[in-house]
Amino acid sequence: MGAEVFAFYLFALSTITGGLFTVLSRNPVHSVLWLILSFLSSAGLFILLGAEFVAMLLIIVYVGAVAVLFLFVVMMLDVDFASLKAEMSKYLPLGLLIVVILLMELAMGLAVWVPADGAQAARAAPTPIEFHNTAALGLLLYDKYFLLFQLAGLILLVAMIGAIVLTLRHRKDVKRQDILAQIYRDPDKSLSLKNVKPGQGL
Amino acid sequence: MIYNDLSIIFPEIFLSLYAMVALVGAVYTSKDEIAQKVTWFTAVVFILLAFWMIFSEAQTEIAFGGMFINDAFSRFSKIIILLSGAVVLIMGQDYMSRRGFLRFEYPLIIALSVVGMMVMVSAGDLMALYMGLELQSLALYVIAAFKRDSLKSTEAGLKYFVLGALSSGLLLYGSALTYGYSGTTLFNGILENVNANSPSLGLLFGLALVTAGLAFKVSAVPFHMWTPDVYEGAPTPVTAFLATVPKMAAICLFMRVMFDAFGNILGDWQQIIVLLSILSMFLGAFAAIGQNDFKRLLAYSSIAHMGYALIGLAAGTEFGVQAVLEYMTIYITMNIGVFAILMSMQRDGQSVTEIASLRMISETDPGKAIALLILLFSLAGVPPMLGFFAKFEVLRAAINADLIYLAIMGVLASVIGAFYYLKIVYLIYFGEMPEAPLDNSKAPILKTIWTASAAIMVFGVISLFGVEEMAKAAASSLLN
Repeated sequence: MGAEVFAFYLFALSTITGGLFTVLSRNPVHSVLWLILSFLSSAGLFILLGAEFVAMLLIIVYVGAVAVLFLFVVMMLDVDFASLKAEMSKYLPLGLLIVVILLMELAMGLAVWVPADGAQAARAAPTPIEFHNTAALGLLLYDKYFLLFQLAGLILLVAMIGAIVLTLRHRKDVKRQDILAQIYRDPDKSLSLKNVKPGQGL
Repeated sequence: MIYNDLSIIFPEIFLSLYAMVALVGAVYTSKDEIAQKVTWFTAVVFILLAFWMIFSEAQTEIAFGGMFINDAFSRFSKIIILLSGAVVLIMGQDYMSRRGFLRFEYPLIIALSVVGMMVMVSAGDLMALYMGLELQSLALYVIAAFKRDSLKSTEAGLKYFVLGALSSGLLLYGSALTYGYSGTTLFNGILENVNANSPSLGLLFGLALVTAGLAFKVSAVPFHMWTPDVYEGAPTPVTAFLATVPKMAAICLFMRVMFDAFGNILGDWQQIIVLLSILSMFLGAFAAIGQNDFKRLLAYSSIAHMGYALIGLAAGTEFGVQAVLEYMTIYITMNIGVFAILMSMQRDGQSVTEIASLRMISETDPGKAIALLILLFSLAGVPPMLGFFAKFEVLRAAINADLIYLAIMGVLASVIGAFYYLKIVYLIYFGEMPEAPLDNSKAPILKTIWTASAAIMVFGVISLFGVEEMAKAAASSLLN
C-alpha cells in the first residue's frame, strides 16, 4: 500500500467520522469542532486529487470563516438543543423508514452502474499541465462559466439586499452624532457671556 | 466570442444593471419617499424590454457554449413574464404605499427576480438552470416576508425559504446524478448521451429528483404544501406576483428541461408528469371547497391550474407545448384580474380577504360583481369564457397524444372545481346582505386592470391578439 492510498483512506475515514459525530454529538460546540475536522480532511482529499487551490479555499473559507461563525452562533444563541432533540425523536421511526427506503433505492440504482456511452469521455477533464491550479480555475470561471459566475454574484446581491430590507430599522428616537453639524456650529449662537455680579447670581 | 455572447443576453444585463443603478440611486437620494416612482419606472422598464423583444428579429441564438438559449420559446415566456410583472407592480404599489410598507427595494428585488426567471427560461445547462432558479427564488423569499412587522408574513417567508431550500437540495441531487450518468450538464449533451432505449437507472433517479425539485417550484401535488400558507401569509400584492409570474417561468423551465435534456426518454418522465397532474387537479379541486379565505382559495385554485398545465406537458407533443403556453398566458391574465379585485376589498380602510365579505357586492358595486363573475367563470372553465378554451386546448393535446384517461380526469376535476367558483358567484348575487358591507373602492388603476382582464376573458374568444401564432412558433422552436 503506497503512501497515497494510505493518505486517501486516512482522510476519507476521518471525513466520514467527522460527519457522523457532527450529527451524533450531544454538545453543539463539539458538533462544530467535528465539522471542522470533516472540512480539514476533505481539504486533504482535494490535495490528493491535485486541486490544491480548492483545498486551501476550503480551509481558509470554510474552516476559517464559516465554521468559526457557526461556533459563535452556537455559543451566543441560547438554543435549547435538548428540546429540539426530543421533538426529533418523535419523528425518528418515520425518518428511519424513509432512510431505509432511500438507501435501498440508491443501492439498486448504483449497483447497476451503467454510465451512458460517451459519458466518460465527456466528463474527463484532465488536470492542466501548463497552468497551475489557480490560473486554470480563473480561466474557466471568467471565460467558460462567466455567465454562471456573474449570476452567482447577483444571487449574493439579492441576499444582501434582502438581509438589509428585512432587518434594518431606522430608529428615530435615537440621537446620533452628526459631525458636520458639530463642526459648523456657530459659537456666537450657542454661547453667550453674562456678566454675573458678585453676590447676586443670575 | 464574449462580445457576441454578451449581446445575446443584453436584456438580462440591462435589467440587472438597471436594478443596481436604481438601488444605488435611491439609497443616495430620498430612499422610500420615491418608492412609488421607482415602482412605476421599473414597470416601464419591464414593458420597454418586452416590446424590444417583441420587435427584435426572431432567430435562435446560443450563447456561452450552449448554456444560454435565446429562441422563440424563451422570448415568448420572457415577454409574458415581463408584461405580467409590470402589471403586478403597477397594481400593488398603491396598496402597499397606503399601508406603509412600500419600499424602494421592492420593485428592484422583483426586477432581480425577473432576471432570474429570464435566465431560467433560457437555460441550456443544469448549472444555468440552478443559478436562475435560485436568483428567482431567493428574491421571492424576501418579498414574501416583506411586511416584516406582520407575524404571518414573516412566517410565510420563513416557510417558503426552508421548503424552497429543501427542494433546491432535491434538484441539485438530481442534477448531480444526471451529470454523473451522462457526463455533462449541458442539455443537448445529456440528450446525446442518454441511451434512449435503456437509460441507466441512476439517470432515471436523477430525472425523478430533478422533476421533484421543479414540481415544487410550480407547486404541483405532492410538493404543494407551502402554497396555501405562503399565499395567505404574504402581503396581497406579493401573493399576486407569486401566483402569476414565477409560475410561467417555472412551467417553461419544466418544459425546457423535459424536452431539451430528456426528450428521447419521454415515456420515463411522462408517467411522473401524469401522476403530478392528476393529483394536483384533484387536490386543488377538493381542498379549495372548505376554504373561507379568498387567498387560500386562490392558492388551491393555482395548484389545480398547474395540474391542467401539466396535462399539456404530459402529452409530450408540440401541440401540447403550445397548449401549455396559451394556458399559462390565459391563466396569468385572469389571475391578475382576480387579484386586482382582491386588493380592492376593504372595510373601513382595512383589507379583508374572507370570501363571506363578498356577499351581495352585486348591490353595492355592480361593475365589480360582473367582472368577478366573468373571471370566476373563466377560472372554472365555463364555456363562453377564455378559460374554457385554455382547458379545452390542453385536453385536446392529451387526447391527441392518446392520454384519454388523463383528459377524462381533467374534465372530472374541473367539474368538481367549478363548485367552489360558483359558490362565490352565488354569494355575490344571491347571498344575504351583510351587516357591514365592503367599502366602495376608489382605486382607478385596479378598476382598469380588472375590467381589462374580464374584457379579455370575454372578447379573447374572438381574437387572441396573435398569442396563438406566437405560442405556436415558440412550441416549434422548443421541439426542433
